[in-house]
Amino acid sequence: MNASLLMSLPELVLSVGAIALMLVSAWGGQASTRLVSWASVAVLIGAGIALMGPASSGGSAFGGLYRADAFAAFAKVLIYGASAVAIILAPRFFAIGSGDDLRPEYPVLILLSAAGMGMMVSAGDLLTLYVGLELQSLAAYVLASFMRRDVRSAEAGLKYFVLGALASGILLYGISLVYGFSGTTLFSSIATAYGAGQSLGLTFGLVFVFAGLAFKMSAVPFHMWTPDVYEGAPTPVTAFFASAPKVAAIGLAVRVAVEAMGPATDQWRQIVIFAALASIIFGAVAAIGQTNVKRLLAYSSINNVGFVLIGLAAGTQEGVAAVLFYLTVYIVMTLGSFIVVLQMKDSEGQPVETIASLAGLSRSRPALALAMATFMFSLAGIPPLLGFNAKLAVFNAAVHGGLYPLAVAGFVASVIGAYYYLRVVKVMYFDAPGEAYSGRATPVESLLVTLAALFVSPVGWLTLGALGVWTNTAAKALF
Amino acid sequence: MIQALAFYLFATIVIVSAALTITARNPVHAVLWLILAFFNAAGLMVLVGAEFIAMLLVIVYVGAVAVLFLFVVMMLNIDFAELRAGFVRYAALGAVLAIGLAAEIMVAFGAWSAGKIELARRAAPTPETVPNIEAIGMLLYTRYLFVFEGAGLVLLVAMIGAIVLTHRDRTGSRKQNIARQNARRPQDATRNTQPTVGGGIDL
Repeated sequence: MNASLLMSLPELVLSVGAIALMLVSAWGGQASTRLVSWASVAVLIGAGIALMGPASSGGSAFGGLYRADAFAAFAKVLIYGASAVAIILAPRFFAIGSGDDLRPEYPVLILLSAAGMGMMVSAGDLLTLYVGLELQSLAAYVLASFMRRDVRSAEAGLKYFVLGALASGILLYGISLVYGFSGTTLFSSIATAYGAGQSLGLTFGLVFVFAGLAFKMSAVPFHMWTPDVYEGAPTPVTAFFASAPKVAAIGLAVRVAVEAMGPATDQWRQIVIFAALASIIFGAVAAIGQTNVKRLLAYSSINNVGFVLIGLAAGTQEGVAAVLFYLTVYIVMTLGSFIVVLQMKDSEGQPVETIASLAGLSRSRPALALAMATFMFSLAGIPPLLGFNAKLAVFNAAVHGGLYPLAVAGFVASVIGAYYYLRVVKVMYFDAPGEAYSGRATPVESLLVTLAALFVSPVGWLTLGALGVWTNTAAKALF
Repeated sequence: MIQALAFYLFATIVIVSAALTITARNPVHAVLWLILAFFNAAGLMVLVGAEFIAMLLVIVYVGAVAVLFLFVVMMLNIDFAELRAGFVRYAALGAVLAIGLAAEIMVAFGAWSAGKIELARRAAPTPETVPNIEAIGMLLYTRYLFVFEGAGLVLLVAMIGAIVLTHRDRTGSRKQNIARQNARRPQDATRNTQPTVGGGIDL
């Protein structure tokens, strides 16, 4: 039991930290927001430090319910980092935004959500999978409607809750079928059951489980909630949704696909290929007509999930490594873009979200425009930015896995996606300037946006070697 | 003998109270009949040796669901007469649903008599000698401890979320301050005046 507890140390740190900070905020009230925010970032860093040691190399804990391996550790680093950024970005937005002030429950909920996401990527059993997923989702529903006086925020929370509950129902139905036909919820034993031969019930279970997971990572055809929720939720929360839970959902899907349903690769590959292509094409086409930058980034996230799924479709160690590499680059680009979106404020300090208002940003805020342009070019996958390397990695994995048509289709569809990213750059650099944004970025925000831009720029190539080693080690843990 | 007697007693009351649940005119009575049906269903479960499900019925269905429903019925002004309108219009649809349900029950019986589902590989086979509540408890607090604690965190998040989304400080409300009331002296609160005739009082 002690060994098991040591292996799940990151989750212990997060949950104990969240409960302690909840008490602080209960007694300190509104005034403790700043303290609780920074303490939460410290807790996240602490959980990250706890990843060194048995948490990243221990193997199975709690009788196989929990997996502490390099894959989980890599995904958790991304999750904790993105969660910390979402906490750091929040105070300024809520201070200026029209809704309620930031309350100390915000960082606490993000901590609990991060604990849930940790459980998701470490799941070795369908029960851990489900409880982790619910912990993450339930906190996310509350975060989406955190601005109580804002109608759109309330609508986003309600919509997310109803559709998320539907997704959980679909997933649970799949889980019950898998359990009923294999007689176990342990991933390793489920893999034995899939390896033992074809069964209609097991196939149905697989389809429903993947449908539920596709919902959580917002892959087409289960994406419909994404634009509305991303648009309505407070911007720092949207930045959180577009980064950490995506990593968790995709990490979970990879683990289920490889560890639990590895012998049934031919069955899930069809689903993943369909979801990948549909996400890439739909995400690209539907984004063209958008005028709201948060909706645009929502479609961009759908589009990017499609590329990630190409790596998963390969079903090889190289494919999983490519997935992790893509996720790393993707969350840096997305968080960077959202920090830029957070700077978009009119002269009265109210947030504006239209793409048209970006016009002439190159003249009023050249550095900000340059950063945004870097992120957009990188999201479009244009060399020499890191977004290109990420796309190349997933296509390479698909080609080596023998999926030539998929790689070609993905490549062609990425050209459609480039259109709307480049449109943002065109508006910033070639349109007549409109009203300039008010306010300046805080030093922390400037630092984060600079780091993100440097990481995706050619300077980021310096990290490629280390990232390649880490992603390979992480992927090897699954095979 | 006594078991057969108990079975017929419970089964009769379940059927009668279920019928009364859907025929009672007063919605509060309907919920009370429903609670009675749940209690007797729990009795039936005890008879077949599924005491855990019996406790679940009492705790979850009677203790939480039915009482919650009772609150909803009593607190919200729902027009049940309006809900019941259109019986003839939807009777055909209802009949189709009833036939579907009956067919499902028959299929389920067929599958049940066809043999057990594949449970050979399951992690924890049902022990023969231990009562099932004890067996579940032993699994829940040892093997599935991690998930159990995780479920506790889910409930904590639900509680925090409910408070975050609904609690607001009512600054305008006038709360009773007993200490201030007790400290109030007559000379602070009252004033003797001698108004002149037709002059009124300056308050």
